Amino acid sequence: MLFFAVLVVLLRQPVSSALSLVMAFLALAALYVSLEAFFIGVIQVMIYAGAVMVLFLFIIMLLDLKAEVRRKWNLAATLFAGFVVLVFVLMIQSVLSKFEMGKAPFPKLTDSGKSDVWHIGETLFSSYNLPFQVIAVLILIATVGVVVLSKKELK
Amino acid sequence: MVTLNNYLLVSGLLFSIGLAGVLLRRNILVIFMSLELMLNAANLSLVAFSRFRTLEGLPNYNGQVLVFFIITVAAAEVAVGLAIIVALYRQRQTTHVEDLNSMKF
Repeated sequence: MLFFAVLVVLLRQPVSSALSLVMAFLALAALYVSLEAFFIGVIQVMIYAGAVMVLFLFIIMLLDLKAEVRRKWNLAATLFAGFVVLVFVLMIQSVLSKFEMGKAPFPKLTDSGKSDVWHIGETLFSSYNLPFQVIAVLILIATVGVVVLSKKELK
Repeated sequence: MVTLNNYLLVSGLLFSIGLAGVLLRRNILVIFMSLELMLNAANLSLVAFSRFRTLEGLPNYNGQVLVFFIITVAAAEVAVGLAIIVALYRQRQTTHVEDLNSMKF
């Protein structure tokens, strides 16, 4: 998965970037299944690898993007970006090496006789009913916003 | 034996790759894809913690519901962001961020 994620950043053709991102998302879905989060794995495949990436590829096709031409390389910006990322990786490494609790194996799960989806649905509609409705309004607003943005005479 | 720390390390590396993409690439669409990678890194650590902190032998489903919300918001965000990119392309005929400098001081 990390290999494909690196490819997303390194490849110069936007279409190749998008297709490696699809592979990275599919591998991530496999990781979710290995953590026994089956519902999350399924919606990862359906929403990310399906809907979102189709949208990305569609926009790339619509804009007819070519491979990036090499330009004057901004050395200072590149060095600074590399430095920031390196510091971030070292920080994660040092935090995780001190995190003793995470070295224990995952606790065993008992079989409740009900599926993953059942439990998520129950939590979603009992404890998180209001956020769920707020999300619905958010999606409605996003839909209206997209329609307004894609109008021809955008001033 | 795969432990929580392994998942957290993968999640952190995925986030760093996304961060590198946002900082290094100059194509606004690829920057947007790297942003998605960073969102997914956060999701991965949430799911790993939800599996780790079990409640009565079941994963902590609060974390997974939060991941569900994040995925929903990310989908809405992608739709709006891509619409903005298309509008921008119509005005300027470019997706290269160094050509979009009218707000630069």
